[in-house]
Amino acid sequence: MANIIISNLEAIPGVTIVKHLGMVQGNTVRAKHMGRDIMAGLKNIVGGELRGYTELLTDSREECTQRMIEHAQALGANAVLNVRFSTSSVSAGASELFVYGTAVVVQ
Amino acid sequence: MVGFIIFLALLSVGFVFGRTAEANHFKSLIEREEKLSHITITTTKKLPDGYRSSEFVAGNVVISIDYFKRIAAALRGLVGGRIASYTSLLERARREAVLRMKEEADKEGASMIANVRLETSSVFQDAKQLVGSLEVYAYGTALK
Repeated sequence: MANIIISNLEAIPGVTIVKHLGMVQGNTVRAKHMGRDIMAGLKNIVGGELRGYTELLTDSREECTQRMIEHAQALGANAVLNVRFSTSSVSAGASELFVYGTAVVVQ
Repeated sequence: MVGFIIFLALLSVGFVFGRTAEANHFKSLIEREEKLSHITITTTKKLPDGYRSSEFVAGNVVISIDYFKRIAAALRGLVGGRIASYTSLLERARREAVLRMKEEADKEGASMIANVRLETSSVFQDAKQLVGSLEVYAYGTALK
């Protein structure tokens, strides 16, 4: 984890790409939490940020990024470039987070 | 009758609290944007010259509309036209997400964020609700 470079640029400073290993991806589907939902229901009256959900989505993104990194490391990559994120709602109350990029070997 | 009183109560609570919360949020946005104005952000993919290292940075926010504005938007939906309440809601969410990304870049000591992408999605939407919660996610590569 520590020594893999993640970037959404095509090239990163200080290194050269020596080998392309193809696309890598990670995804996770998360459903909302009942307890958080009650708070969110109250927040829906006054409006504003739903902190519980912000944290939930941050955690979920970390998880899918971790999966992408595992995939990249299995291919022998030490960097993932041109990373994109995408979110879609798959059913009522659940969201899918998806991250993808190109695994490369850099020097 | 009771239902109508509850409706009016929710409407006024939403109006009062939603309004002050929005005003306060805009004030804090302007203040923080001023503080972080030294970080340039671009949407170009190409790596600019003269930087030594890079770091992935991101910021996100999940935001919800207040009850008064939801009703106002529903009424507007009958006649069509610009829905001001959602316009300002999304503006707040985008500015907040970009600011959080900038704050993260500032901690890294970066002076620029390249290839910034903004993604908007409605998350955890209920079948009965018109709009659940909106999420804005901003990400990019911080350079120093």
